[in-house]
Amino acid sequence: MQNKAIQVKGLQKSYKKLHVLKGVYFEVEKGSIFALLGSNGAGKTTIIKILTTLLKQDSGVTTVNGFDVTSKPDNVRQSISLTGQFAAVDEILTGRENLIMIAKLRHLTNPRQIADNLLKRFGLIDAADRRVSTYSGGMRRRLDLAMSLVGKPQLIFLDEPTTGLDPEARIEVWKIVKELADNGTTVFLTTQYLEEAEQLADRIAILHEGRIIANGTLAELKKLFPPVKVEYIEKQPTLEEIFLAIIGKEEEK
Amino acid sequence: MEATKRHFFSDMGAMLGRSMRHITRSMDTIITVTIIPIAMMLLFVYVFGGAIQAGTDNYVNYLLPGIMLMAIASGTAYTAFRLFLDMQRGIFERFHSMPIERSTVLWGHVLTSLVSNTISVVVILLVALIMGFRSSAGVLSWLTVAGILALFTLALTWIAVIPGLTAKSVDGASAFSYPLLFLPFISSAFVPTESMPPIVRAFAENQPVTSIVEAIRALLSSQPVGNNLWIALVWCLGIHLVAYVFAMWIYRHKAA
Repeated sequence: MQNKAIQVKGLQKSYKKLHVLKGVYFEVEKGSIFALLGSNGAGKTTIIKILTTLLKQDSGVTTVNGFDVTSKPDNVRQSISLTGQFAAVDEILTGRENLIMIAKLRHLTNPRQIADNLLKRFGLIDAADRRVSTYSGGMRRRLDLAMSLVGKPQLIFLDEPTTGLDPEARIEVWKIVKELADNGTTVFLTTQYLEEAEQLADRIAILHEGRIIANGTLAELKKLFPPVKVEYIEKQPTLEEIFLAIIGKEEEK
Repeated sequence: MEATKRHFFSDMGAMLGRSMRHITRSMDTIITVTIIPIAMMLLFVYVFGGAIQAGTDNYVNYLLPGIMLMAIASGTAYTAFRLFLDMQRGIFERFHSMPIERSTVLWGHVLTSLVSNTISVVVILLVALIMGFRSSAGVLSWLTVAGILALFTLALTWIAVIPGLTAKSVDGASAFSYPLLFLPFISSAFVPTESMPPIVRAFAENQPVTSIVEAIRALLSSQPVGNNLWIALVWCLGIHLVAYVFAMWIYRHKAA
């Protein structure tokens, strides 16, 4: 039985003269969280687009849930779900209508019930019948994720899921991702933030100049770096920690 | 497990439901689409009308077909606009990464255009009735008129899909409709072509708007339609076919 959710061998892709992916190799275990780390423009989104059948690869063998992305794109689409970099929600529809629409497009039997459950789960029940254009960034992201969970796909792609979110919303997204993995869903995410990969991922791969230059668990990656030196540095709270501390106090009141 | 089922009609229903909500929640677009043609109709009937020798005692009757075509031309610009926004935002990518019949993404927009343009044309027809438009046409003639207008709408909508998919900015997406808005002026929509200088007249008499306008006008006034009906149908179907093939080709290309 297949226990790999994703297998990528020798993946190459160029845009005109720009050689973005120069032979990428990696595998993702079923039920794990895999983080692809890389700077802006490293080709993370290109990899996601190829894996989700939005873009054709130039060469290489890419299989998702056992299906070849080039020859069996329909089968791939059956078993995956994509949350892109920009919230893919319909602004004019309400949150509920967005979810019902996706449930219908996935040909599920009880779209209303599915929408209700997801709205509850993502704390959007109060905003359910408001147009998405009135939602905050965090709410939009939650709805976006909820839409990706319609039909319980086995594999979820998250392209920079927390970029542009405030710290609170980011922590919320992390919680959701962890829950997903606990329920057996495979999560493939890209991020620019080391901390995010550290927080979430079972395995981390670093994409740099078109190749994976490191791939392993956090502990394995840490071994690649020079041994830890003990230094004493006064720990200043980061602005984020201050923000969260204040917010936390507010909520306790 | 291997086989993936196709669900053209249910996907289509979901897409249509989506963009129809866009229309009903932005009724202002229908008003914008109808207001210019209605203003034109008022202007031509009550300001210029007295000076125009159209050889008819009811100028509203003469004018109406051209006005309806103008409304449709500006209405289809919204298809380009909506499509462009869909491309811009992530929703297209979400649809494309789902197991749906991809072409329904476009068909949803096209059918929505048909519905919203029907609404605008009906609004204009009502205003024309108030202004004194009268028709002796029977049910069959009316149905033929509706058919021509529907075909014309579909043809222009598929043209609109092209800039909708390829434009770099919102303005670029809807700019294609400006030349289309001008075509009725250089046709028999407002004045008979006989009064035009030879070159302009030759263009006017051989461009699609004239035959479509003449066919609708003849049908509504129970006159013999002659060849105009067939010429109009050939134009509409021809434009439709070419635009459709081209739009679909771009779409496949863009959607990898």
